[in-house]
This record gives sequence, structure tokens and C-alpha cells, in this order.
Amino acid sequence: MSQWIDYKAVWEIVVIGLLAGAGLPALFAIGMRAIALPGKGHPRESDELFGGNPLDIAVAALCFAVVLAAVGFGIYIIVASGHK
Amino acid sequence: MGNDIALALVIITALAFDFTNGFHDTANAMATSIATRALSPRIAVGLSAVLNLVGAFLSLSVAATIASGLVDTGLVTLTTVFAGLCGAIVWNLVTWLFGIPSSSSHALIGGVIGAMLAAAGSHAVKWQGLVSKVIIPAVLSPFIAGLIATAGTYLVYRISRSMHESSRSAGFRIGQIGSASMVSLAHGTNDAQKTMGVITLGLIANGTLAAGATTPSWVVVSCALTIAAGTYMGGWRVIRTLGKGLVEIESPQGFAAESSSAAVILLSTHFGYSLSTTQVATGSIMGCGLGKKGGEVRWIVAGRMATAWVITLPSAGAMGAVSYYIANGIGGTAGFVVGLILLVAISAAIWAKSRATRVSPANVNSEWKGSVAPSEPTATGRAA
Repeated sequence: MSQWIDYKAVWEIVVIGLLAGAGLPALFAIGMRAIALPGKGHPRESDELFGGNPLDIAVAALCFAVVLAAVGFGIYIIVASGHK
Repeated sequence: MGNDIALALVIITALAFDFTNGFHDTANAMATSIATRALSPRIAVGLSAVLNLVGAFLSLSVAATIASGLVDTGLVTLTTVFAGLCGAIVWNLVTWLFGIPSSSSHALIGGVIGAMLAAAGSHAVKWQGLVSKVIIPAVLSPFIAGLIATAGTYLVYRISRSMHESSRSAGFRIGQIGSASMVSLAHGTNDAQKTMGVITLGLIANGTLAAGATTPSWVVVSCALTIAAGTYMGGWRVIRTLGKGLVEIESPQGFAAESSSAAVILLSTHFGYSLSTTQVATGSIMGCGLGKKGGEVRWIVAGRMATAWVITLPSAGAMGAVSYYIANGIGGTAGFVVGLILLVAISAAIWAKSRATRVSPANVNSEWKGSVAPSEPTATGRAA
């Protein structure tokens, strides 16, 4: 650790930041794609945007559950770091 | 013992700063959601206000962090706190007039340091603390946030490219609301604390509180309510620059940008780095422009912002110093009263000037044609 920059903290913010700030949105996107109904490039038959078979829905539910758990952990960090 | 009238005026000024902090920073969380119409402008600022309020109560321990480590707290007087706040408020209003998302924290730090320099000289400022705790994080954070947002935007577009356009916008608008809410919450935990710290500092400088005392609960409640009220006002000029001026944003980009901002702000809070929410949010929004194929960042707007960031500390500092010379030169309670009257007069003048090119929820999303003032003039006096 230098006198001016805490390199370790910067490094950790970049790595964990990439996992949480880019990884979680990617996971959310995977969940979204799993249940999005096809229709790219041609008009759709109904107004339904989402649906799919049980496996797709399970994949999506898992992705969203991980994202929500991470958000919950983020809120926990705010509260915990405020009451040191 | 201290001067209770002066103390009351300092508290009023501190809450006024808290209010400008609220509306100046609404854009950080909500500009992208408003630009992609994930939320209507009114609902966005309302949601952000409520979450700022909740955030201000969530984390309560850090008092006077803005001063400790940056200035010699033993030399702080009511006059320096007052002058620092005046400098910060004026700078926040000037940057708001130009629609520039500059850092409210830097305005406050700059104002207080300028007043301290004027009052006690160079030894009152801990320069190493200023560089390592304020300047270096300020330089690094937009790049880190931008990198994460670029990666996130790239991944999100790559993963969702087979999706139908309407499913994609609808899905990511929901994600955007969630990630923007996290940024609002984090903002409440960070920024409301800063004013609480300043008021506590004033109470200690006046001898009302013993040094090392915790923040009284009326301070917490009043700061929380004020920053929420400021947020609800909506700094539409800044929202417009961040949402429309810097990058043309689609909902997957807004989602990636706010996720990056939330992650960086929360991690830095966790590691004890207090950084500017504004600079993180701006870095993220630029990143989401870079991460999308064919996305475009308006570098002229970005350059103008970067210039404002560089001059924020010295400008707020100069205004803080001038405020100190005025308040201290007149002296006593009269000095505070004259200072406050001047502050109100300057604020009213800036507000009057802003009416000529009014930005409101009705025209905040108008097409960007190179300036904050929307293309449809509202100066006719019949603005929405």
C-alpha cells in the first residue's frame, strides 16, 4: 500500500466491481433471454413478450434469484458499514 | 460559549446546501431511466426521493467525515463552516444553471478548504489527505466505473441480440428501475451524511456539543428530509445533460450504466473511499456509450464536464474564501446575516436567469441539439 493510493482496494474495486457491475447485468440478460419469446425480424402473432417451457422459466428464475440475492447483500453492506 | 443566532444561521445554510445536493444529484440515479422512459420524470424523482430518505436513515455512524482528515478540526469555527457552505451552494447553483453534473461533495470540500485557507492559512489543510482521499479517487473512479459499464453493456447486448426488440426494451426497463433504485439508496447513505457531518461540526465548533459527540437525531431527520425534498425538485437541467446530452441511451445501456454505478459506489463505501457519486455515474454513462456497437459519446459535452470537475475544488474554494472575508470582515452576528442575505440574492439571480431557458419534466427529453436549453423555447412565459 502506497502513501497515496491503496492499490489493493483499487484492485478489489475493479475485480469485484466487474463481477457485480457487469456480471450481474449479464446474468439478468441471460434470464431475460431464456423467457423472451422469439419474433426477431418478423411481426409477432400476439402481444405476449415473455413465456416459454418450464426449463426456460427455471433457468430465468435461477438467474433472477442470484441477482436479487446479490442486491440484498449490497443493501446489507450499506447498513453494516454504516454501523461499524 | 458560542453564538446561538450564528449557529442557527449556519444550520439553515447547511440545510440549503443539502437541498442543492439533492436536486443537483437526482440525475446520477434517474437520468438514464428518464431518458429511456423506463419511468416517467415525476415518478422517477419521487422514487429517488423516497430512496434517498430511506438511505439517509440506513447508515448513521459517520459524522464529520468531510472534515476529519482534510482540515485541522481544531481550527474550524462557525464562520469558516458558514463561508464554506456559501461557496459550495453558489458553485452548485452555477453548475446547475449550465446543466453540468459536477460533484456536490467536491463543492463542499472546496468551499470549506477555501474558507479555512482564508481564515488560518495553509497549515489548516491536510494536503496529503486531500490528495489521497479526494483527488486520486476522483481521477480514478470515472475510469473504473466506465470500464465496468463498457463491459456490462457489451455483455448485455451480446447476450440479448437474439431477443425481439420489444421484449428487450421491456425487460431491461425493469432492470433499470432496480439498478437506478440502488444508486438512489447509496446516494442517500453517502451524501445526506456529509451535511449531517457539517452540522455536527458546527455544533462542536460552537461548544453546543462536546468534541467526539455523535450526531443528534434531529440533525439526522432534518438532513434526510431536506435531501429528499431537494431530490424531488429534480435538477432537470443536469438530468437532461446526463440523460440526453452525453450519450443517446437505450434501456439495456441504462441498465448496465446504473448497475456499474451502484457496484462502484457500494464497494467504495465498503472500502472506506468516499467518492463522488456524480463522477461515477458520468463515467458509467460514457462507458455504456462505448460498449454498444455504433454507440456514440459526445466528447464535446464530456470535455465540458471534465473541465468543470477540475475547476470545482478551486472555484468553490475561492467562493468559500470570499465568503469568509465578507462574513469575518463585518464580524459577529451581522457578518452571518449579511452573508446569508448575499447568498439569497445570488441564488435568486441564478434562478431568475434559469427561467429564460427552463428545463422541466415536459421538455427534459427533447432532442439534444448541443445545449441544455431544449430546442423548443419555453421563454415565452407559457412553459409547462
